[in-house]
Amino acid sequence: MPETYIARSTAIAARMLGGEMMIMSALDSTFFTLNEVATVIWQAADGHTPLSEIVESRVCGEFEIEPEVARRDAEEFVSQLSEHGILLVSDHPIQESKPRSREVR
Amino acid sequence: MSLLVEMNEKAMALGVPLTVHIDVTYRCNERCVHCYLDHDDQGEMTTAEIKGVLDQLAEAGVFFLVFSGGEVFMRRDFLELVEHARKLLFNVKVKTNGVMIHEAEARRLRELGVEQMQLSIYSYRPEVHDAITKLPGSLKRTIESIKFLRSQGLKVTLSNVLMTVNRDDEKGTHALARELGIAYTLDPTVTPKMDGDTSILSLRVNDDELEGLFNDPELVGDVEEYCKPPAPVDEDAMEGYSCSAGHTACYISPYGDVFPCVQFPLPTGNVRRQKFADIWRNSPQMQEVRSIRIKDLPVCSTCSHAASCSRCPGLAYMEGSMRGPSTTDCEKSFHRTGIPSANMMRKAGLASRGPLVQILPMTV
Repeated sequence: MPETYIARSTAIAARMLGGEMMIMSALDSTFFTLNEVATVIWQAADGHTPLSEIVESRVCGEFEIEPEVARRDAEEFVSQLSEHGILLVSDHPIQESKPRSREVR
Repeated sequence: MSLLVEMNEKAMALGVPLTVHIDVTYRCNERCVHCYLDHDDQGEMTTAEIKGVLDQLAEAGVFFLVFSGGEVFMRRDFLELVEHARKLLFNVKVKTNGVMIHEAEARRLRELGVEQMQLSIYSYRPEVHDAITKLPGSLKRTIESIKFLRSQGLKVTLSNVLMTVNRDDEKGTHALARELGIAYTLDPTVTPKMDGDTSILSLRVNDDELEGLFNDPELVGDVEEYCKPPAPVDEDAMEGYSCSAGHTACYISPYGDVFPCVQFPLPTGNVRRQKFADIWRNSPQMQEVRSIRIKDLPVCSTCSHAASCSRCPGLAYMEGSMRGPSTTDCEKSFHRTGIPSANMMRKAGLASRGPLVQILPMTV
């Protein structure tokens, strides 16, 4: 099974507020908040650490979550954020996370 | 409750300045007739100083960053400042007249991930807009700039100020925003100049025009809902605050002075001499602003509009007391609902006081 690599888009604004990560997309102004576990995945999304390793070392290592549940939740989270262009996903390491151009609405 | 409102309440509870407005310069290439600023450079912060302030703001938890002026592009380092802000992951909004934005600047703003641009246009007619800005050709250049920004997919808002000199053009200006495919905001507020000069207040529109504004569905949506009588003032409302100034928001001038809001000229400290976090948390002035609840306002706490008024504590401060009424907002509440504010009734009462007259019809 190929590895999944994730990287934070540069077209977002982000800040921690009371243990939650606030994120706003500059592409479509969608606003998100991430819980503690999602924040750990987000912060580890450097483009070259495989998602499986992030889940194993950061999520299962820091929170008491079953590996299978953690993997499933992480994949769902990655899928949701990538739909909004907030996380970039690839089966190869990601060098740079340049902002996408936007469609004029 | 929306997520943003929820985060704002959380920031309020944690004492986090969620939004900071920073004017990077007061210099400007326009000389708008209603502008409250002194455009001479009195010693702006350097590039390094502003970058240092931005680092501190990120550390303090600021999320929304508004760059404004003056005209921001009068600083040759402006895009460098935006780049630094975006590296720190702020949500960046830029207020500008746009006349110095061409294709290259628009492209760079998009590459940097600026979330929103706000450009000022006062009329759809060059002879009116250019007479207000006193810069020949400015309307044409601002419109061109909006087109460059839109072609890059940036979100743009047209910001208009309603005054005696452009009131007849309001509909046409709104239509121009629609034609350009951008959002539109209209503000009837004209404030005194920074040096206290109130002569520009003569540009304010009259009462009938203000009332017309509040009854225009194109501007306010559901007129019946917008103009309905104020809700009863309950205990929660009395425990509330007028606005976010000093609670989750503040303003920094080009000289490093920190104020609760751009419209609230109460000095609370200077980032050239103090850490931003120290000013935000410990300034006695900031703490005083933060301590004032609706129930602490001698006149406004007795007003039927207390729960729904747009009372600006900064305008109240400029009138004489940050705990007093803001007459401009009293007038807005009155013209919106037809119900006079406690402040208006008090003034009418004072005006009618005389030795021989016991009862007079109330005039407002």
